[in-house]
Amino acid sequence: MFSNSPFKQNTMVLVYLAVAFAILVAGCGQKSEETPTSSSGKSVIQNAGSDTMVNLAQSWAEEYAAINSSVSVEVSGGGSGTGIAALINGTVDIANCSRLMKPGEVQRATSNTGMTPQKFVVGYDALAVYVHKDNPLKQISLGQLGEIYGEGGKTTKWSQLGIKHPACPNDEIIRVSRQSNSGTYHYFREAILGKKRDFKLGSRDLHGSKDVVELVGRTPCAIGYSGMGYATEHVKKLKIAKKAGATGYEPSVETALNGTYPIARPLYMYSLGEPTGEVKKYIEWIYSDFGQKIVETSGYVPLPQDERGMAKTQ
Amino acid sequence: MTNRPRLETRAEPIIELIIRLCGISAIIFVFGIFFFVFREGADFLFRELDLFEFFTSPEWYPTSVSNKRYGVLALIAGTASVTILAMVIAVPFGLGAAIFVSEFCSPKLKETFKIVIELLAAIPSVVWGFIGLTIMNELIIDLFNAPIGLTVLNGGIILALMSVPIIVSIGEDALKAVPDSYREAAEALGATRWQVVYKVLLPAAKNGLLAAVLLGVARAIGETMAVLMATGHAVQIPHGVLDSVRTLTATIAAELGEAPVHSDHYQVLFLIGVLLFSITFVVNLTADLIVKGIRQK
Repeated sequence: MFSNSPFKQNTMVLVYLAVAFAILVAGCGQKSEETPTSSSGKSVIQNAGSDTMVNLAQSWAEEYAAINSSVSVEVSGGGSGTGIAALINGTVDIANCSRLMKPGEVQRATSNTGMTPQKFVVGYDALAVYVHKDNPLKQISLGQLGEIYGEGGKTTKWSQLGIKHPACPNDEIIRVSRQSNSGTYHYFREAILGKKRDFKLGSRDLHGSKDVVELVGRTPCAIGYSGMGYATEHVKKLKIAKKAGATGYEPSVETALNGTYPIARPLYMYSLGEPTGEVKKYIEWIYSDFGQKIVETSGYVPLPQDERGMAKTQ
Repeated sequence: MTNRPRLETRAEPIIELIIRLCGISAIIFVFGIFFFVFREGADFLFRELDLFEFFTSPEWYPTSVSNKRYGVLALIAGTASVTILAMVIAVPFGLGAAIFVSEFCSPKLKETFKIVIELLAAIPSVVWGFIGLTIMNELIIDLFNAPIGLTVLNGGIILALMSVPIIVSIGEDALKAVPDSYREAAEALGATRWQVVYKVLLPAAKNGLLAAVLLGVARAIGETMAVLMATGHAVQIPHGVLDSVRTLTATIAAELGEAPVHSDHYQVLFLIGVLLFSITFVVNLTADLIVKGIRQK
């Protein structure tokens, strides 16, 4: 029975707590099992990752649900890094990425799940550089972008680009960037600043592709980068030139595919191991004319005919 | 009176034990949380983190390819600037509102006020952040002719609005706890209403009011989503209220999801968590000491 000695009661309490904690810790430490793809008869495909692709992935999922009601595709964003992290943990079937997986990430996924991630190019995206619609600037070169965004870059005023920006009285360039979990961030850094150089600190690092365009549309002094599908009437897409003085090109399906637009990139989907069953059917459908049509209507660049199909992209 | 039923005598120690458990659990949880957060980051702390750089460098480059740098000075400056500004706004408003609700307004108005203030407290932080990102951003650009509205000022105002309800409701409770006999005595001596508040109620409710302010501060330091959206999330040391900043909490929220588990970046983020924990601990400790100092006078 319970003793009256306070010392003993205290030890009892500690024992209980220790047990409770042990249970808690053990619970936390366990790796989650791979998510079952099927619940209540309906197959579920978990699809997460790139924020650039989230609208596209959502459109695919909706259209696919309309033609194949036995499968539901659950899409979430969060950034390419988030999708890859989920793939490494085995909690998604398909990770959307707007950058390649790093070798270290592939290795971790392999050692963690026992399956090698398989890459599929499902479309292209031209990364547009946006300014406010009242900004008189029409064209910018990669070098100028580097000076604006790069660490140690000297360009901080619009007048340094040779323009007078009436809607921005104090002339300061407000840099809008993305958070470091974004594939767009990594791609832009590599395309504009090279492999070694870092971004200049002090940029506004926003959470989503849409947020960048939204903020630039509300901020006359701002410049930002995001997928070309996110354009609105409040912003303007700059023409991009490879070198100062060269011809600039506006982002579009043609310029992205023929290589004249310098910052276009492939969009990837990664599956764990060779896809099978419903996941395989889904990716095959994405490569169909109908799936690729959705790429175009979502504002991205569909694959050319000869690049379509699962085998061709690996 | 007859003897107590057997069941009751048996149940007594069990209930006592459960209550004791509840009391101790808070302490255990606090230490448990600290321990687990610290453990995640400890490896990197002892292995290669340069503590001097960590606290004195404003360069935060956790994902750099060539040269990773982990300096949190700019993030500390961000958290400090936003919190201080929020308190400068929220403390006078909050305490003023608490005094008004408790002493000056009619019972009917008081009910309405309390409901409205509770409603203010119930607005989710992401909604506040959304207000900051859209409405406040444009307002600040227009009013101050600033290049961008996502600034210390924006975050400070949003946080002030979020902490005012806490300060008001706890402050009002503190004032209500002052016995009516104090008020009656002061009025009998011929004090005006303001004199009653200023000379009698505020000194009497000092501890409670301080607690109210500190809970407000804690809310402001710990708030994540709203400041993430409203401050612009830019790593730099602010030179004025119209500069963008990034806070410690927002950095954790934004980067933890992608940092590979147990990587350096991941561990540094946990160390930032330890830092936040220490900051709130120091704030609470100082408050405790102040309260004790007041008591001894």
